[in-house]
Amino acid sequence: MSSFKRWCVKQSTALLLILVCLLMMAFLSVETRSFFSVKNVVNILEANSYRLILAVGMMCAIASGAIDLSMGSILSFSAICMAKAMKAEWSVAGSIMLSLALGMLMGAVNGSVIHLTRINAFIITLATSMLYRGLSLIATQGIPITKLPQLFREIGCGDIFGMESGVTMAIVITVLLIPLFYHTKWGSYVMSLGGNPEALKRSGVPIGLYRVSVFVLTGLLSAVAGIIVTARLNSAEANAGLSMEMDAICAVVMGGTAMRGGSGSLLGTVVAVFLMGLIRNGLTIMSVSSYYQQFITGAMMLCAVIIAEMRERRTRIG
Amino acid sequence: MEDLILRVTDIRKDYGHIQALQGASLSVKRGSITAVVGDNGSGKSTLIKILSGNIKPDGGSIQVGQESYGSLSIKNAMELGIRTVYQDLSLDNYKNSFENIFLGAELTRGPFLDRRAMKEEAGAILERINVAIPDLEEPVGNLSGGQRQGVAIARALRTPGKILLLDEPTAAMGIHESHSAMNILRSLKEQGMSQLIISHNIHQVFDIADYIWVMRLGRCIAGVATADTTPQQLQELILSRENQEVQ
Repeated sequence: MSSFKRWCVKQSTALLLILVCLLMMAFLSVETRSFFSVKNVVNILEANSYRLILAVGMMCAIASGAIDLSMGSILSFSAICMAKAMKAEWSVAGSIMLSLALGMLMGAVNGSVIHLTRINAFIITLATSMLYRGLSLIATQGIPITKLPQLFREIGCGDIFGMESGVTMAIVITVLLIPLFYHTKWGSYVMSLGGNPEALKRSGVPIGLYRVSVFVLTGLLSAVAGIIVTARLNSAEANAGLSMEMDAICAVVMGGTAMRGGSGSLLGTVVAVFLMGLIRNGLTIMSVSSYYQQFITGAMMLCAVIIAEMRERRTRIG
Repeated sequence: MEDLILRVTDIRKDYGHIQALQGASLSVKRGSITAVVGDNGSGKSTLIKILSGNIKPDGGSIQVGQESYGSLSIKNAMELGIRTVYQDLSLDNYKNSFENIFLGAELTRGPFLDRRAMKEEAGAILERINVAIPDLEEPVGNLSGGQRQGVAIARALRTPGKILLLDEPTAAMGIHESHSAMNILRSLKEQGMSQLIISHNIHQVFDIADYIWVMRLGRCIAGVATADTTPQQLQELILSRENQEVQ
């Protein structure tokens, strides 16, 4: 089989999603006047930049045979600490560094507990998501921290190439992940953690180190997403990022990454995030009541995920 | 003194109140194929796991060449030239043949994987041990049992080793695949590789091994040259109620 044909087979779900995106864009362009405009496309990208950052992190976690249900809570707590630091007259750069460090620390805690206790990542991160969300509520007493410095807002959602900086951040992160995930030992071991961790261990690889590193990455990316969300809202609040990890999981599975791990599709994840953004945007433009939007989005995602999973099972290896 | 590559003396291992190994002792001659046979629960796989560094024994010693050790780690075992092919083959089904062969010891160019070099080298290793895999980029999950066994052996022999440990090398294979796997082992013997094979297939063991150890209830109760015994005698030993020191 030629390399190109093998790549097409591997990315078949992503390619199918691209086709669905194109069909949906064609439909929305015909049905509504306002869809096919630069402004609206930019709007879709801006509204989904932080979702993409969370989704690519989640893809790494799922490819490693794990899951991180605490990404939304890490987003919230790291952003609250950053906002509090800025309110306490810390420099913007220092506050952002604090947020990133805290994100990595919370991720490291997740990974270490999972590795040391050998308890399922689902259970551990479900517990830590409540723990971190609880810390956010304790730190803020439920009151949002608003009126953040203008410099911070410039960094988090300032204009770069006519789009919010979050879009550039999402693109840079995704592009950096391509070589990291597919062409380095780290990426190879992360996938083997999902494929056969025992084989990796018997090959002399310190699997604990790599397992923790995956969660450090998801923690870091959650903190980056937190910076974007906080800058966009000009507010850090305890409920920020609520259920966002669910959207991320949905995008990862829809994009063709199997929940059991072993491999992952970055392209599929990117396209799935865009498709989900497209669905939300289309429904808004078509003036579908927000009461129905949640239901329709959920139903469409359910169908897409079922189709993606069925296709994955048909081509399952081993 | 015989030229021994491996000597195991009085190895003991308990799992809670279960005594998996109760003072097992055996030896492997350099360049030979030595088999360990025994019923389920006789301690064969525990012995392999101890020799490959996956678990630590509670007592006894392992002599590799001239050096003696109380226990080994996976890294120690690899450094001492002990190569292991596990019963489950320890392959990542999503990775292709050359990625599996180099798992844990990938060739890199700067920070990036050098897939071309790994593919070339893996092809050479597979050729050396007479394993035919038409497409090295096919995920190993899609290969036949014999080919998967070949990949697992190729991984074990990627770097020069002194002894190859094989845990039930044909357990999950059909007749044809078992035949090809046995041919690989014969070819390795011709190349001078010492082998310790764990098996419960007595007829297969007779077909390939030079020496046979019989394990029962965590002990090696007999060690015989294949030429000096018969499958019937071995079967009687495995099923015997009393320990018989045949050697």
